[in-house]
Amino acid sequence: MNTSKELLTIKNLHTSFRIKDQYFAAIEDINLTLKENEILAIVGESGCGKSTLATSIVGLHQEGNTKVDGEILYNGLNLANMKDDDFNKIRGNDIGFIFQDPLAALNPLMRIGDQIAETLKYHTKKTEKERQVRVLELLNQVGIHNPERIAKQYPHQLSGGMRQRVVIAIAIACKPKIMIADEPTTALDVTIQAQILDLLGDLQEETNAGIILITHDLGVVAEVADRVAVMYAGQIIELASVEELFASPKHPYTRSLLNSIPQIDSDNDRLEVIKGMVPSLVKMDRKGCRFAPRIPWIDESKHEDHPQLHEIAKDHLVRCTCWKDFHFEHEEGGLHHELHAN
Amino acid sequence: MSFMQIKDLNVHYPIRGGFFNTVVDHVYAVDGVTMEFEKGKTYGLVGESGSGKSTTGKAIIGLEKITSGTITYEGKDVTNQRRNRNNSFNKDIQMIFQDSTSAMNPRKRIQEVLAEPIRNFMNLSPHEEKRRIIELLEIVGMSEEALLKYPHEFSGGQKQRLGIARAVACNPKMIIADEPVSALDLSVQAQVLNFMKDIQTEFGLSYLFISHDLGVVRHMCDHISIMYKGRFVETGTKQDIYENPQHIYTNRLLSAIPNIEPSTRKERKEVRQAVEAAYRVEAPKFFDAEGKVLGLKNLSSTHRVAMSALETEAN
Repeated sequence: MNTSKELLTIKNLHTSFRIKDQYFAAIEDINLTLKENEILAIVGESGCGKSTLATSIVGLHQEGNTKVDGEILYNGLNLANMKDDDFNKIRGNDIGFIFQDPLAALNPLMRIGDQIAETLKYHTKKTEKERQVRVLELLNQVGIHNPERIAKQYPHQLSGGMRQRVVIAIAIACKPKIMIADEPTTALDVTIQAQILDLLGDLQEETNAGIILITHDLGVVAEVADRVAVMYAGQIIELASVEELFASPKHPYTRSLLNSIPQIDSDNDRLEVIKGMVPSLVKMDRKGCRFAPRIPWIDESKHEDHPQLHEIAKDHLVRCTCWKDFHFEHEEGGLHHELHAN
Repeated sequence: MSFMQIKDLNVHYPIRGGFFNTVVDHVYAVDGVTMEFEKGKTYGLVGESGSGKSTTGKAIIGLEKITSGTITYEGKDVTNQRRNRNNSFNKDIQMIFQDSTSAMNPRKRIQEVLAEPIRNFMNLSPHEEKRRIIELLEIVGMSEEALLKYPHEFSGGQKQRLGIARAVACNPKMIIADEPVSALDLSVQAQVLNFMKDIQTEFGLSYLFISHDLGVVRHMCDHISIMYKGRFVETGTKQDIYENPQHIYTNRLLSAIPNIEPSTRKERKEVRQAVEAAYRVEAPKFFDAEGKVLGLKNLSSTHRVAMSALETEAN
């Protein structure tokens, strides 16, 4: 998989929002590549900047109040700060977007078939007849069994899972090379979630597309992703393959998160709690390790000034140096334990 | 001994239509639910959206009209007195809501928000009332500074804790928690769950824990009921449900939970597909001709499953 082509390269991406007369960076120093035939998951809690990253890639933010610096390279083009007219040729055609709330993403006054055809009309030269054939084909592809009937219905007549399938059908209508899925299953029940995730996996195998999956659910990540980027307070703090991340998480934040999941197979009575709160955009200390205030029992000297991502193993990046000496508050000493665990 | 029994609870909504807007049919939101509650235990109510789990919770506390069925509390029939102020039921059963933001009046300060149940049910002087409110804030781990703040000044986890503080204000016996952590981030969720366990051991509370998250339910509950289309498909202890699930719907739910072990995901996908296939084939054994869940049969003293009599014998 590592030899496959790079589809999207993000270099030094900073996105800042204006609050009163100042700009505050919501995401900083993002360096990522998306390869062909890969699902890259971006995980983090609310406010970590994962959705900002997604909207920055497709240029969906409000222009007047947002500043995007850095490069988003796709096919030799820089998507950052591209003009809307040019971008519209890429959005929906080369890059498909799947939204969290399918009801809000669909036009309530348009029939399902027409909404899917709209994308085709904009991006392809198909005749109306050809479009209709393609619409039914797409509905079939996303697992809707009676496409003729569904194509004539309105969004409110469908269940949540069906709506999300329609949104996916729109996203894949022009066979995009990149799909960005922003919390595609958060609003759905577990059984439907499993179906949609299987569908995404199958579609990816068929089309060789690269998918950026944005989610807060580590279970979903473990279920479908190939690589994972963990975000905290606007930065990527750990990047690794999915096996590596779950088998040997390194950054204190990743470890604490994994520990706070109520596990089906364990009867452990207490869950790990991360002390304190996510820093706000305005008040954040942007020089030191951003996770430091939440692990106060770790000595300050263990953190780095201006923490960088370090490659600690092949394709495993961790920000800051504090992970080397990290231990949970109730555990004894750091390095000793770390060696013991390895 | 159980302190509260719910027998054959039904909540049906009429569907009106036709020329004279007459009742043409009913939605069977809750369709014959029977439960018992013991002191200090946590009861889980699990189901997908639309299964009637929230309606059950609301019907018990009196926010929803009951079509038929009885609720017995400490030996007395309280079915029609659930919102009666002079009734101890109203004070002893409290509720925590999913969205704590909309559950609090945005124009009231926290001291008023917390004072409401105290003024309703306890005759305290203003001085005692204030002391009780500060005590409540201490229970949920907050300082006195919170008193004069408004709900919007708190984070999601803090607001949920304040919601809990309000629910425990009058020393209730039971709290109905409707998806108390589904709007929260993982680390905050852990905090609220730990805290709910703490106050349970401290005050001997019972919980009715309504959730769609089987991981959280497993962590919290002693006894779990799985709901589908207004009826229970399976009810039993935590071990019964997770280690020995009998109903095909329970199996389907359990197989759909994502697991954080990437190495086994291929196998899990296969299991999931096998269960889905079995679901289509074996559905007649578990649902009647109209697609309704069958009546519950006893498998053991704690474990009850909705399946046809024939199936029970085979097991």
